[in-house]
Amino acid sequence: MKLNELTIVEAQEKLAAGEITSVELTKACLARIAEVNEQLNACLTVCETEALAMAKLADERRASGEVDTLLGIPYLAKDNIMTAGVRTTASSKILENYIAPYDATIIIKLNEAGAVLLGKTNLDEFAHGASTENSAFGTTHNPWDLDRVPGGSSGGSAAAVAADLCLFALGTDTGGSIRQPSSFCGTVGLKPTYGRMSRFGLVAMTSSTDVPGTITKSVEDAAIITEVLSGVDRYDATTVNQPVDEYAKKAKAEITGLKIGLPKEYFAEGTDPAVMALIREAIAELSKLGAEFVEVSLPYTKYGVPVYYIITPSEVSSNLARHDGIRYGYTTHDNATDLASVYLKSRGQGFGPEAKRRIMLGTYALSAGYFDAYYLQAQKVRTKIVEEYQAVFNQVDCLLTPTSPHTAFKIGEQSADPLKMYLEDIFVTTASLAGLPALAVPCGFAASMPVGFQLIGKQFDEATLFKVGHQYQTVTDWHKQKPNL
Amino acid sequence: MQLSKQEIEHVARLARLELTEAEKEQYQEQLSAVLSYIDQLQEVDTSGVLPTAQVTGLSNAWRDDVVDAWPEDQIKAAMSLAPEQEDGQYKVKRILE
Repeated sequence: MKLNELTIVEAQEKLAAGEITSVELTKACLARIAEVNEQLNACLTVCETEALAMAKLADERRASGEVDTLLGIPYLAKDNIMTAGVRTTASSKILENYIAPYDATIIIKLNEAGAVLLGKTNLDEFAHGASTENSAFGTTHNPWDLDRVPGGSSGGSAAAVAADLCLFALGTDTGGSIRQPSSFCGTVGLKPTYGRMSRFGLVAMTSSTDVPGTITKSVEDAAIITEVLSGVDRYDATTVNQPVDEYAKKAKAEITGLKIGLPKEYFAEGTDPAVMALIREAIAELSKLGAEFVEVSLPYTKYGVPVYYIITPSEVSSNLARHDGIRYGYTTHDNATDLASVYLKSRGQGFGPEAKRRIMLGTYALSAGYFDAYYLQAQKVRTKIVEEYQAVFNQVDCLLTPTSPHTAFKIGEQSADPLKMYLEDIFVTTASLAGLPALAVPCGFAASMPVGFQLIGKQFDEATLFKVGHQYQTVTDWHKQKPNL
Repeated sequence: MQLSKQEIEHVARLARLELTEAEKEQYQEQLSAVLSYIDQLQEVDTSGVLPTAQVTGLSNAWRDDVVDAWPEDQIKAAMSLAPEQEDGQYKVKRILE
């Protein structure tokens, strides 16, 4: 087996046994990137020199007796996560040459743990999208079929993990942006509870639902990284001071007697029958492991997308106001005579079509005369969504649903219709609106393309999701399948 | 929900976005379609329901009112991203004629 194909757990064993070094591991990943990134366009920036220096340092730390779980493990970060000294573009022309002066908190935590940053991955511009086609730097291709999208917005990270460009990748999830591409690429995607991991240093999109998270080759790996990244951060006032579980250890517990809800609204017509058949098989597998399934109902699910597409553009329009052509980013400063035209032209030329569409939609929804009908009403329906989840979690330990109603679609197939693209998020928005943790787990292939199920848990109960996901992976090997590239 | 061209221009001005005529036409059509879809929210009875903006129950996350010193090199790195600066401050175009 090639080193870049290892999971974190496998690599850690070899590193600890002295069979391999972090430098070798890092070189294997860099070689793989050099080999296939031209086909995939998964990485926007590769920082080879810095990565090799960090790997060398990790090997020295290990030689001096350190044993951290991520010491010497190479990873990629979505390009909306700030990395000091390494370009952070958010896949936007407006940030094409932006170099962050400081690291995001999650990057600092990974640095301290000794993980090795290989580079930055492609995304839909400012994380607005479900296909990575909205990137200003070209779409990412799905490693399972290069004519298809990898999903989005963390499409570069999911494609990179699926194609073994790294051992794991960081993503961000605002309304499905880790889970949906994980389903499309056959990777494990964790969106943690809102406030579980710090948002400090993320390029802000929808501040009330944004979370960073992980894309990995196994559930156990996700649990390991979650232990490192979780916790309160004085630079993000929305992080919650809840104890950080021993997730990796807890993932190994049995699931006998665990109650898993199947919300009937996610099993209605509209999902590809081949996808649904695989979800049913996963349910049967988990039943054999001792889980009990009960049908539950979440009737407000159908309002998830409309609520999300008011809340998100509204917060986007506010968060993207900072891109003004004055302090950083694309600017028409030199050709303008007054301040207003610097704003108008820098923003008009710097933002791509979907970012502008969301800024317009949000500005409209928040404007005088429309606020009550749109933003306030959406926030009230959001309350209904939160409450019905709370009621359901009195009956069950977690929920299981499809992650997406279908497998990855063809590049260009639906990019001309924004509303159709918004409906991609149908199964993934409500967990974001309620701040719940959710985990996408690969469960088979429909017409040679990966399919995943989604587990949704109670706030701060990532442990149950890891347990169910990990136990499933002890009896299945869908997560071990590799694309032919 | 059908938006007029005037409404599109008004919103673009509020958002400080200079749009081409083609963009205005495109957004008029696309935003109208999206808003028509979103209009289904009006059918939900939300009387007596409080709006949700924060989902984990936090309120008033206090900290001491102390300024953290920002390292010199980071300040320099941040300032160097601006198109024009003077004496450690951003320089902008005139606002009034």
